[in-house]
Amino acid sequence: MNWDYESPRKAYGETLVELGRERDDIVVMDADLSTSTKTAMFGAEFPERFFNVGLQEQNMMGIAAGLARSGKTVFASSFAVFATGRAYDQVRQSIAYPRLNVKIVATHGGITVGEDGASHQMIEDIGLMSGLPNMRVIVPVDSNEVRSVIRFVASEEGPFYVRLTRTALPNLTDGDFKFGKGAVMRDGLDMTIIATGIEVGYSLKAAELLKEKGIDVQVVNISTIKPIDKDIIVKSAQDTGLIMTVEDHNIYNGLGSRVAEVLSENYPVRMLRHGMRDIFGRSGRWDTLLSHYEMDEKGIAKVAENFYKGVKS
Amino acid sequence: MESINDEKVRELKLKANEIRKWVIKMVYAAQSGHPGGSLSAADILAVLYFHELRVDPKNPYWPQRDRFVLSKGHASPAYYAALAMRGFFPEEELLKFRKVESFLQGHPSLMVPGVDMCTGSLGQGLSAGIGMALAGKMDSLDYRVYVLLGDGEIEEGNVWEAAMTAATRKLDNLVAIVDRNKIQLDDFTDRMVELDPLEEKWRGFGWRVISINGHDIVQIMRALNEARKTGGRPTVIIAHTVKGKGVSYMENTPVYHGKPPQSEEEYEKALKELEEVRRGI
Repeated sequence: MNWDYESPRKAYGETLVELGRERDDIVVMDADLSTSTKTAMFGAEFPERFFNVGLQEQNMMGIAAGLARSGKTVFASSFAVFATGRAYDQVRQSIAYPRLNVKIVATHGGITVGEDGASHQMIEDIGLMSGLPNMRVIVPVDSNEVRSVIRFVASEEGPFYVRLTRTALPNLTDGDFKFGKGAVMRDGLDMTIIATGIEVGYSLKAAELLKEKGIDVQVVNISTIKPIDKDIIVKSAQDTGLIMTVEDHNIYNGLGSRVAEVLSENYPVRMLRHGMRDIFGRSGRWDTLLSHYEMDEKGIAKVAENFYKGVKS
Repeated sequence: MESINDEKVRELKLKANEIRKWVIKMVYAAQSGHPGGSLSAADILAVLYFHELRVDPKNPYWPQRDRFVLSKGHASPAYYAALAMRGFFPEEELLKFRKVESFLQGHPSLMVPGVDMCTGSLGQGLSAGIGMALAGKMDSLDYRVYVLLGDGEIEEGNVWEAAMTAATRKLDNLVAIVDRNKIQLDDFTDRMVELDPLEEKWRGFGWRVISINGHDIVQIMRALNEARKTGGRPTVIIAHTVKGKGVSYMENTPVYHGKPPQSEEEYEKALKELEEVRRGI
């Protein structure tokens, strides 16, 4: 956990280039955002295996399916809002249903897209993709994990959705990704914050602020949203008895909902879902937006403290 | 290509007739399904599966095989009949179409032996075909890719995204066939969306266009052969057809887009008419 900031998109682009050198079956697609998603790095080295189809997300997903059906391992990238929203039916019908070998790696997930505003801030993608049978959903916690996740999905047959953020992330792990497994990032006794993606770092910082208030917080990272790690969630509930989730996503159909399902079916305890509370975002610098929606360390600490005091008093 | 001789043409006419009979039997047994657009596409499917396509039913996923995508997935009865008649699976299965114990899903699924791509949500098949055509070129395989579209289907925007891309990528190993039967679910196409001038639209998108009578076996054979000679461009065959072709009360009648014969009497009448057609071949 060296907290060095690194761009997850760049880590994605670099890993694609490495995979391209190792394997001839790797094919990469984009829809006119390759300089932002960093798939252009692959395109520069392997132009014959790179298909930038222009502004055609729907067509891109269909072509990706046809390539996969012909034996290729296909990475298809765009911003999260277009990859999952604009092309949802193509992902459903042509990729998830036939369980084809397409890896949808979307960048610019969540409100941290920033200035572009609500039209580009995707806060429903985890829900959309998690609801699809055959689809597995991963939100890497940092750039080290991006590298191992991209290698993992390239080695596993079938469809995946990988959600990346636009902003640089602090490296909190050394990239020892285990599919379907959460990780305790910080021990604590009073309550557990379960977070995903960019919110894990903020939750760890919030835990430090809460320590000053006398609240000892455990922090759990969930990188694999589907299939979710039931055991670590139940164990946390048993250990601390109080769960709060934090995500850069709508609180409906995202991490919070998945955790609530696990708890209510297995070990019900009081919980609180925190994130975008069923509202669209707005323009602003990404860090000021996190502050505005109480999703930075101060905001998370405030929400957690109120929740803790409300339950314990 | 084999030369076009009378015996081959007669054989293909008989196959098309047999496909049409299966369509009626299947949708009647299932009490659901789409006879209109299946009957309009029967001649095209007969020529594809009994003349044009390089496929091996014993080795359905042979990498060198020609690919076929039924983008108008609701014509599954005609497609499944052609696959079964060609030997991909036993014909007995056809009467279990749309039933829970069968792999014959309402719309083409990868569960069905010989199906290259699942379809059903309209407008996506041409994109899948492009992916297959690109892969063929990447792997230096000489297989060809055929995609059958409905005319109502091409109201979907995804089709035109794909049309632009196929021309941009110079996919001369790709052939689209539009079953121009002029009827969609609710009404005649020209009362819903003006599709004409259809030939000019495809030409404008960079495709080579061949217009034919989609019920004339010789014209279908010639068009598919002609499509092989197009360097550097994808080919679209606009096949002018009659929805419900071969069953008098279904012909040019929007209501039979997605409805089986409505009575035992209607069912018998359809089979009797098709049998009369067979006798005349």
